[in-house]
Amino acid sequence: MSAVGAIDCDVHPVVPSTDDLLPYLSEYWREMRILRELDRMDSATYPASVPLSGRPDWRSELCAPGTVVEMLRVQALDHFGLRYAICNCIHGVQSVYDENMAAAFCRAVNEWIRKEWLDRDNRLRASIVVPLQNPDLAAEEIERLADDKRFVQVLLPSRCEMPLGKKFYWPIYTAAVRHKLPIGIHTGNMGRFSPTQSGQPSYFLEDYVSQTQSFAAQLASLISEGIFVKFPELRVVLIESGVTWLPAMMWRFGKDWRGVRVEIPWVKEAPASIIRDHVRLTIQPLDVPADPDVLPRIVEHIGSEDVLLFSTDYPHWQFEGDDVLPAGLSSDLVRKIQVDNPLATYPNLMETIQ
Amino acid sequence: MSVRSEAAAGSQTSVLEPTKLGIVDCDIHPAPPMPSELAPFLAERWRKHLAVYGVRQANQHTSAVVPYPRMAPGNGMRMDSWPPQGGAPASNLDFLREQLLDGCHIDFGILQPLTSGSTTTNQELGAALCAATNEWQLEKWTRKEPRLKAALCVPQEDAASAVSMIERYSRISDFVHIAIPTRTMEPFGRQRYWAIFEAAEHHNLPICMHAPAYGYHCDTATGWVSYYIEEHVAFANPPQTVITSLIFEGVLERFPGLKIVLVEGGFAWAPALAWRLDKHWNHMRDEVPYVKRPPSEYFRKHFWFTTQPIEEPEQPSHLLDTIRWIGAERLVFSTDYPHWDFDDPSRTLPVSLPAQDRAAIFRGNAMDLFKLSGA
Amino acid sequence: MSRHIVARVGEIGPGQRKFLTVAGRTVGVFNLNGEYFALLNRCPHQGAPLCTGMLVSLVESSGPGDYSVVRPAEMLRCPWHGWEFDIRTGQSWCDPSKIRVKTYPVTIESGAQFVKGPYVAETYPVTVEDEYVVVDL
Repeated sequence: MSAVGAIDCDVHPVVPSTDDLLPYLSEYWREMRILRELDRMDSATYPASVPLSGRPDWRSELCAPGTVVEMLRVQALDHFGLRYAICNCIHGVQSVYDENMAAAFCRAVNEWIRKEWLDRDNRLRASIVVPLQNPDLAAEEIERLADDKRFVQVLLPSRCEMPLGKKFYWPIYTAAVRHKLPIGIHTGNMGRFSPTQSGQPSYFLEDYVSQTQSFAAQLASLISEGIFVKFPELRVVLIESGVTWLPAMMWRFGKDWRGVRVEIPWVKEAPASIIRDHVRLTIQPLDVPADPDVLPRIVEHIGSEDVLLFSTDYPHWQFEGDDVLPAGLSSDLVRKIQVDNPLATYPNLMETIQ
Repeated sequence: MSVRSEAAAGSQTSVLEPTKLGIVDCDIHPAPPMPSELAPFLAERWRKHLAVYGVRQANQHTSAVVPYPRMAPGNGMRMDSWPPQGGAPASNLDFLREQLLDGCHIDFGILQPLTSGSTTTNQELGAALCAATNEWQLEKWTRKEPRLKAALCVPQEDAASAVSMIERYSRISDFVHIAIPTRTMEPFGRQRYWAIFEAAEHHNLPICMHAPAYGYHCDTATGWVSYYIEEHVAFANPPQTVITSLIFEGVLERFPGLKIVLVEGGFAWAPALAWRLDKHWNHMRDEVPYVKRPPSEYFRKHFWFTTQPIEEPEQPSHLLDTIRWIGAERLVFSTDYPHWDFDDPSRTLPVSLPAQDRAAIFRGNAMDLFKLSGA
Repeated sequence: MSRHIVARVGEIGPGQRKFLTVAGRTVGVFNLNGEYFALLNRCPHQGAPLCTGMLVSLVESSGPGDYSVVRPAEMLRCPWHGWEFDIRTGQSWCDPSKIRVKTYPVTIESGAQFVKGPYVAETYPVTVEDEYVVVDL
């Protein structure tokens, strides 16, 4: 299956070390970097050495996966013939407790993305990394970058300090909607709560697979708290979630809503309908078996061909070779996933870049 | 006339399509025993303790309501389940026989008491309550009604105590499963629980795991949800955590005879979980060396799912895909009587489900799983 | 179609209900502020005895955090899964065009008419002076 002309909605530049951020940090934070030895802030969700973090043929002995723009250009942009790729930079500073450190470093990360990635290849676009520890500061960062239309989304992690539907986070959505930026919720972890209802899992594998539960919780929160009533233009993208968990959640939530909707009377439409209108999912990883019939059935269950967005999740190891999509999908559906749905989801993609 | 007594007076037994075989209902919740019902089975020390200190739960706000108050009276009951004879829903055997067992053509009903003491923070009290609940089930329910089968309640956070409980009650054939909540203090595959698996396997008793209203950890990884509807949706998650932990910790290699039943979590999420486990284990199996075969193979051998609350797709036929992906042999029917989200057997399974799958889900799978003899 | 006397006017007070069973079919008859409505006592979802459910108001909202209550006690909440039905129309709240409970016409008739017939024989005592609630099944 050719991906020529596809829009990749999830690639991962990785900040090699804090030294790469120094040009974009204030004098104070440059001193703190030395005093407090803040040399690395890799996200614990993607330790560089773990197989998930880098497909073997996308690794180099010379650098950690995702740290070099030329490799992304050759292995993703050129190799697949992508029209655009959206950079989602997962950085540990979205998890720290100090909101001021978070704000300073998020600003630096966004500047680094601009200079080292967006400026180097005009096929690249990016999400704004925001200090969600303080939603007002997050909104300020969105405002600061709003005029650079290469930023197409606001990035949040899947596990936060409270469910994302809560009013605490609404300043972020107000700013995002003002600038027609979808909210991208990506696999991540602020580490405030155990990953599971029974405490800390033993293994990386166990932790990572349980992320579908976090996506389900965020989706339930966004809908239940009335985010899509308060912000009717808001779109939310669930990035790297696994996809096939969604129909079961839609069915359960919809059944519950019919009976207990008076608890949340501002939700006047069935959850499945809200999801089809407002929520999108990136395609990799795609939790399916070898049977190529499963994805078309899942699309039927979701009830819309507009929901899935093409992604490679480069350089994470989610598929082999060029098999981003399973074989046997109709060419109409392939085109929607690769081009139409991403264009419809990210208004800034259609902006002319100066 | 109060609404509840109106509702009871007007209730009809379900009109069931003719079935040749009776149903096995794998999830019936007897009303929590009144203190006077449990007292005969509790030492004086515990009777006094309960009167003064009560049963304390993790993350509890008040003694009066659960953290997410239900959207139906009686802590979430069907409004027509209050017995005309008086008492709480599912407190009266005669009415339970009439409304559920006879009314729904139930040949066997598996009890799942929800207040056994397995989640209380005072573990010693928890053990005493579990034993008392086990005795109470025999005396009030299963010795009087042979269609009802008991749950062997155990204080799982103290594995040695749980094993003693299993040794004590497993020989009584009324007990057909070991009851443990899905939210445990650590992921359930951890070594601290292994003695329980050994005893369960030795006595060939499945472990039925039901979501509790309280737990030691937050109900989601992103914080406490606001609404009951969110909590109800999130009840689908703890069974997934259990399955993942048991597989990755190598429990199912070590105890190949172990059988786990996930109760009241629904089941439509199960195929996606199996696929996800296989996919990521494929690349990172060296982290979990005790796992000797693809996770989905353990799924097919060790796990069953009660059907309630059955997921209701916008197009009912979509559920047939799910059932095909999981395998009809994995599903065991349940009503969750007397809760509000009760599934009525005459109207629950998709109408186009093949007859042999219907028979397996309604009866055959549970008969084998719980080793019930045909009526 | 057959017509059946449910009650004498005044017997079912405002906000109250009475049940009528004819040939195995049970109907609940409700008095909403002097108007009468009859609904089949079977929820279209899973067959619960719908008319035994709680009478509730219609809950509306202008946005997150806002709750308003209109049309007191005109909605019927299914005693099982809580689906709401408009007693006046039989329509469900959650999917009014596709999910509804069957309704039956209800009229008030004077006792004098019953002497003439044709009405199904009832054991209901009738006087010429009184008025009666009649359901058309």
